[in-house]
Amino acid sequence: MIQTIAFYLFAILVIAAGALTVTARNPVHSVLWLILAFFNAAGLMLLVGAEFIAMLLVIVYVGAVAVLFLFVVMMLDIDFAELRAGFARYLPFGLMVAAVLLAEMIFAVGAWQAGGLALTQRAGPAPSDLPNIHAMGALLYTRYLYVFEAAGLVLLVAMIGAIVLTHRGRAGTRSQNITRQNMRRPEDAVRNVNQPVGEGVEL
Amino acid sequence: MTALFQDYLGYGFGWFLATLILILIIALPLMLAVAMIIYADRKIWAAMALRKGPNVVGPFGLLQSFADGLKVFLQETIIPSAANRGLFLIAPIITFTVALITWAVIPFGAGMVLADINVGLLYILAASSLGVYGIILAGWASNSKYPFFSAIRAAAQMVSYEVSIGFVLITVVLWAGTFNLSGIVLAQKGHILGLVNGFGFNPLLFPMAVVFLISAMAETQRAPFDLTEAESELVAGYQTEYSSMSFALFWLGEYGNVLLMCALNATLFWGGWLPPIDWAPLYVVPGIIWLFIKIFAFFFIFSWVKATVPRYRYDQLMRLGWKVFLPFSLIWVFLVSGYLMLTRYGA
Repeated sequence: MIQTIAFYLFAILVIAAGALTVTARNPVHSVLWLILAFFNAAGLMLLVGAEFIAMLLVIVYVGAVAVLFLFVVMMLDIDFAELRAGFARYLPFGLMVAAVLLAEMIFAVGAWQAGGLALTQRAGPAPSDLPNIHAMGALLYTRYLYVFEAAGLVLLVAMIGAIVLTHRGRAGTRSQNITRQNMRRPEDAVRNVNQPVGEGVEL
Repeated sequence: MTALFQDYLGYGFGWFLATLILILIIALPLMLAVAMIIYADRKIWAAMALRKGPNVVGPFGLLQSFADGLKVFLQETIIPSAANRGLFLIAPIITFTVALITWAVIPFGAGMVLADINVGLLYILAASSLGVYGIILAGWASNSKYPFFSAIRAAAQMVSYEVSIGFVLITVVLWAGTFNLSGIVLAQKGHILGLVNGFGFNPLLFPMAVVFLISAMAETQRAPFDLTEAESELVAGYQTEYSSMSFALFWLGEYGNVLLMCALNATLFWGGWLPPIDWAPLYVVPGIIWLFIKIFAFFFIFSWVKATVPRYRYDQLMRLGWKVFLPFSLIWVFLVSGYLMLTRYGA
């Protein structure tokens, strides 16, 4: 009973929030609706028993990606007239993508319904009695170790690429060297001299 | 209790009612604790500055927080005309709610936990990463420049320190072998030679405990990392435009988060509800008292730091997060996992 109510609640909110993401006039509101959609998607994940994926969805997408997204969108100066002018031009393209996605979804569900995709024949049948962190760990770090490491490598390359592309080494900046500051003692900077009156100081 | 309710009221409804009551059993004393901890904070802070602190309302000024609450409650709620109304009002509610929901997974004693879920630590990470939204939204919706600066600072600061907090938590999880908070506490029983309870006593994990304590201060925007409300630069930061109850919700949420971070420090590194030394007579004291003593000890450290350490500059804060804590905790993850690999699983 309560599962059914929760499912329909989350599902309706995902769809509603998704629709509002597209239609909201204010881009900041759009991002916030997107966050609500992520959040409810995490709720759906919980209902199918994938608590690890649900938590990761919230931590990664809601907690990090969407924060940076919001950060950027808040600071953008967006011209609404220009955006709307583009809408008509990109509409056919958008409709095409939507049609392709719809067709794919229908095919996928149809193929699933037609049978023949026995769950036990999948690459790694998930044991039902294990918490799914253990189940995923057991698969990722044994059977899919190389693929997993390759994925990590791709991310590393992407990260270095992003840093290299955006890094500007500006000349003439004087950056602070904290270690050197901490190593500096009074003797290095201050000298006590018993200066005779009437004579200049030699520096 | 859930089982009792389910006997009388049926499975679904009994569970619902029992959970609701348990939530109130945690949330209401928590609000009281927040009120008293604000008083304690002011007293400690005053004592460090050789002042008396609040001493007028009630005996020793104990009722000061309640008087403040009443005052704030009776004030008028002012919404700036240029503000984004809906978001302006939602923002403090988000901060307050997020500060409360995380307590669902904190174990107060053996079996005394509202939600004993096996991804408890991830839940805490998820909930604490939501905390930033209240601040960003408050800053943006106020439509005023100082709150907005504060929101930008808060976003960058919290995202930065969450990274090293994540690595610290990984070392704890590696050692405990579970994400469940009760499991983590039990894994600390008799940690060193069966004598002391707590990962913090382990020389390999103690540095991580320190990193976590400092990151917790940065994550809750307590001094010396309170750049989001640096009054010399940003008036009152993201709270500038807020008044009355909406301001009070920020206030309560902030201290709720501080208490939560103290509880996490106690639970993850210093044995949670277990007594510090694994010695039978100490178990006579109920676990919840040990937890409260530890939480208060950490809160004292937080207050102490607030009273004595000057505020960081923004670039120093970022340097500490990215250039010191991140590499350090990353190396420490390698070190701990390597050590465990050698000792626990064989080379």
